[in-house]
Amino acid sequence: MKFGFFKTIAVAATLTASLLSGAHAQELNGAGATFPAPLYQKWFAEYGQATNVKINYQPIGSGGGIKQITARSVDFGASDAPMNADELSKAPGIIHIPTVAGAVVVAYNIPGVGPGIKLTPDVVADVFLGKITKWDDARITKLNPGTKFPSSGIVPFHRSDGSGTTNIFTTYLSEVSGDWKDSVGAGKSVKWVKGLGGKGNPGVAALIKQTEGGIGYIELAYAVQNVIPYAAVRNAKGKFIYPSVASTTAAAAAVSLPADFRKVIVNTQAADGYPITGFTFLLVYPNAKPELKKFLQWALTDGQKDASDMYYAPLPANVRQRALAAVNRIH
Amino acid sequence: MANITTEAQSSRKAAVASPKAVPPRGASLGARIGDPIYLGLTFLASLSIFAIIIAIAWNLASASHLSMQKFGFGYATGSTWDETKDIYQIKPFIFGTLYSSLIALILAVPVSIGAAIFLSELAPKWIRTPITFLIELLAAIPSVVYGLWGIFVLIPWVRDKFMVPISHSKVEHIPILGSLFSGDPIGPSMLTAGMILAIMVTPFITAITRDIMKAIPRAQREGSFALGATQWETISQVVIPYAKSGIIGAVILGLGRALGETMAVTMVIGNQAPQTESGISWSLFDPGYTMASALANKFNEATPGISLSSLVEIGFVLFIVAVIVNIFARLLVRYTAKNL
Repeated sequence: MKFGFFKTIAVAATLTASLLSGAHAQELNGAGATFPAPLYQKWFAEYGQATNVKINYQPIGSGGGIKQITARSVDFGASDAPMNADELSKAPGIIHIPTVAGAVVVAYNIPGVGPGIKLTPDVVADVFLGKITKWDDARITKLNPGTKFPSSGIVPFHRSDGSGTTNIFTTYLSEVSGDWKDSVGAGKSVKWVKGLGGKGNPGVAALIKQTEGGIGYIELAYAVQNVIPYAAVRNAKGKFIYPSVASTTAAAAAVSLPADFRKVIVNTQAADGYPITGFTFLLVYPNAKPELKKFLQWALTDGQKDASDMYYAPLPANVRQRALAAVNRIH
Repeated sequence: MANITTEAQSSRKAAVASPKAVPPRGASLGARIGDPIYLGLTFLASLSIFAIIIAIAWNLASASHLSMQKFGFGYATGSTWDETKDIYQIKPFIFGTLYSSLIALILAVPVSIGAAIFLSELAPKWIRTPITFLIELLAAIPSVVYGLWGIFVLIPWVRDKFMVPISHSKVEHIPILGSLFSGDPIGPSMLTAGMILAIMVTPFITAITRDIMKAIPRAQREGSFALGATQWETISQVVIPYAKSGIIGAVILGLGRALGETMAVTMVIGNQAPQTESGISWSLFDPGYTMASALANKFNEATPGISLSSLVEIGFVLFIVAVIVNIFARLLVRYTAKNL
């Protein structure tokens, strides 16, 4: 009897709540990065079911996300690259909230060669600079004594559209190669000296898959889903690290982020960390809607467990604490 | 407005019914008011097109004034596009747009005119209807579908059956021909972009050319046959000369589509300016970049300021190129019509 009574109350409360919230279904709009979009879509669907807050997200690219949040035409923006000083001055007070970390892998298509060839940072840089042009170059074969490489040419592929993925990759190469820094530099879109461009991660993935001798950089998730082999890259501590969620987390844990999180983190000092990784950010104003604050708190706690299923690394504990503190600045 | 139209129609009907009778005063009042209003409305409609074009040109020019100021004519004559150094020059894009469209026309025009001749002059009806239907279907396929087909079917096929054999042969050593086929046979290239464009513009040129040939009076052909001309003589000396200016118009329309085509080209052209000093390469195997695909690739991530302004200027230059092509087409049509 008692149980039934409570059950009735619970049902009534739920009904009322759903009716009330149904009448006032909350909507949030966001736009930006494509890199974390699959995870974000999953988050928004899950969160929408749990709380009846509907979040619309347009994966239009990091630059688009920055533009839209600067114009305040969305509730939040999303970007893989932190905003630069110029962009920041146009959006005063904006807060960067890191959500997850991701890895950019060097994927390739070499007939007869499986996944996990070893590459050093200078070899990767020189391949994309066009200084190493054959797969059986001594500098590559020396690193992989057991593997037989064909003598075919190397065809480097890059993103033709501006992207946070490119930013992570070129920031990394600028950090490890003086040549790269001087002749190409880092950015969401750079002046490539060799190879061909494909549009988006799918475009580059398709080019690599179809071209014998092709090599390119794509997100870990795309490489895994498209079954494209990718390389282990030597990190700052001299260990060859195969990209995975674990090695991305390890890399992320060892970084020291500035107070406003605005830094592309590459070339980690962690012994087991994969060196080409980066955080992705949500961009919000301190006077954002309270529903957005609640969502961010959820994303940084419960939401984190979804990350690794989709090949993103959850935030390390210390970064997560600081990100939550940043979310609390929203009032 | 509906009222006026019906009044005008009824008065016209009345006029038709009794052509000799002078229309009564009352009915002609409607006609007298209706005509100027009708004239005004249609004039406004035609004016709106003019206004839209001016507005587009003005908006593009004003939004790109930052980059015009900084780069001047160097914008169109330099070959460096480097976001990290804030240098924006588009010669390779202009070249890519014109070259890929030229390749497309070279491939598409003979096929289109051939198909149009067959459909309008030679084909029996049972084959004409399905082919006409298929050509119209081809024109209705969205360009992104052409692009996907290009990536997964056309590129591998062209590379394995055409590019690789040629680059392994001695063609490279023939003086002029060799420079057209130099470079690595990777796949995405000027050639594949031109081929995709050719496939996309063929239905347009074919359909219009066929309609023009159909519109040629029967008496022209009958007269030619009566003089003892063969079918081939009739086609080559009566039908084609008669339709010439129309065919040129059709080709220019196809060219217009090729110049502005974005998605399909972006997917198959390689999106990389040639690595030469001038940013230009005549090799069909080299990747390229067109103005439209540069816009599609770079617009999402452009930051406000000089980078966005330079992108808008690409749109402006593309607009000017389209205007020039159209003026050129007009002159060409007029010239051929005179020389008939």
